Amino acid sequence: MCLAIPARIVEFSREQENYALVDVVGVRRYIDTGLLADDPPVPGDWVLVHVGFAMSKISEPEALDQLRMLNALGESQAVQEEAEGYGLEADEQFARGGEP
Amino acid sequence: MKFVDEFRDAAVIGRTVDEIRRLADPARHYRLMEVCGGHTHAIYRFGLKDLLPPNVELIHGPGCPVCVLPMGRIDDGLTMTEEPGVIFTAFGDMMRVPGTKGSPLQYKSRGADVRTVYSPADALRMAERNPDQRVVFFAIGFETTAPSTALTLLRARARGIRNFSVFCNHVTIIPGIRAILDSPDMRLDAFIGPGHVSTVIGCRPYEWIARNEHKPIVVSGFEPVDILQSVLMILRQLRNGEAKVENQYKRVVPWEGNRAALKAIAEVFELRNYFEWRGMGFISQSALAIRESFGAWDAERLFSIPGIRVTDPKAAQCGEVLKGVLKPEQCKLFGNECTPEHPVGALMVSSEGSCAAYHSYQHRKAFTNIAVNV
Repeated sequence: MCLAIPARIVEFSREQENYALVDVVGVRRYIDTGLLADDPPVPGDWVLVHVGFAMSKISEPEALDQLRMLNALGESQAVQEEAEGYGLEADEQFARGGEP
Repeated sequence: MKFVDEFRDAAVIGRTVDEIRRLADPARHYRLMEVCGGHTHAIYRFGLKDLLPPNVELIHGPGCPVCVLPMGRIDDGLTMTEEPGVIFTAFGDMMRVPGTKGSPLQYKSRGADVRTVYSPADALRMAERNPDQRVVFFAIGFETTAPSTALTLLRARARGIRNFSVFCNHVTIIPGIRAILDSPDMRLDAFIGPGHVSTVIGCRPYEWIARNEHKPIVVSGFEPVDILQSVLMILRQLRNGEAKVENQYKRVVPWEGNRAALKAIAEVFELRNYFEWRGMGFISQSALAIRESFGAWDAERLFSIPGIRVTDPKAAQCGEVLKGVLKPEQCKLFGNECTPEHPVGALMVSSEGSCAAYHSYQHRKAFTNIAVNV
């Protein structure tokens, strides 16, 4: 719950505002970017995600540092579980067949 | 300093440690509190204490939300699982935390509908997909997670989802720091400020610590080099007789914080008059409650909550450890009656609690066990 997980924005949902598909430690999940409303990210940007919500924009080197750091802290498994856990049993788009 | 060779920042770490040793006045003893449980974890994991001179002591603060949550609140939350049609959701961190009649996981094994979620947004989605059931989300955390709960409630209202509610246990970091500073046996010299909480609240809320309490506070990142640089910045201030707020973690923390997140918090939550912190007692205006305008999503209004109070055994000296009066291993229960498997007191409950971190890493020396293989 206290983990800050770096994710890269892939694209925004057309149906739902502030809802972005991200690459997060090797899986694709939807996260909420509504807390960055003052300075919205664009596809390609890196963000730090807390409990499924993007909380700050970060640079790519910072994102890679953070991943390395989480690994060194022994949090890799917890990070993977949390990232895979976003979106419950995966979003409906995935259920209908593969990556959007 | 062979042990840091494999680490990316080896040279910087070496220089920072040298500078710390040069600046630390051997005639003084420095007590610096790192407020955040994430820092506590990193300090133990990387054995940073071994790199510091013996007269620079790190005291581990109250910034672990799972640790400071009173057991009675877990009991209160779990009573909701006895109501018909309730799906009780909580973060994975909460699942093994003991209540008086068992942890959420034990309730689940006895047949209660308890489910792990990794985001409050997922609990809301679960409510949408199960319209005939009532989904309760057990909200916990400092200002790092409070905005996500707030935004989830705003989304619930916008989408008209009425079978979703939040049992709010969010706490705020500033009153916790104030309570430590107000305690008569307090002997801290400075603070290492929390990193991720500060991405939300920014650095201004700490200014009173510098101005009124005359203690330096440096908001810090989580890498070994970040924490050591923060220690150095503090020692510089102390040597110069200064007390100011500095931001070591500028690459992530804006001075003004995240306005959109603060706005969401203000719209949905209000301060409770007081709230109990495990190991510290009741602290005024230290926690968030859901505003009346969001009462339709407030589990405390929708369910009858017994208001259970559980007192930790007197022998557990969590309060003294939190204030830096005792080290974890100096508590009478540490390691025998109180262990991470069977926590008696607050600080043993989560891996970010200082006693649990100390227990896990007490045999670790600086950097020796790091595998850097990203």
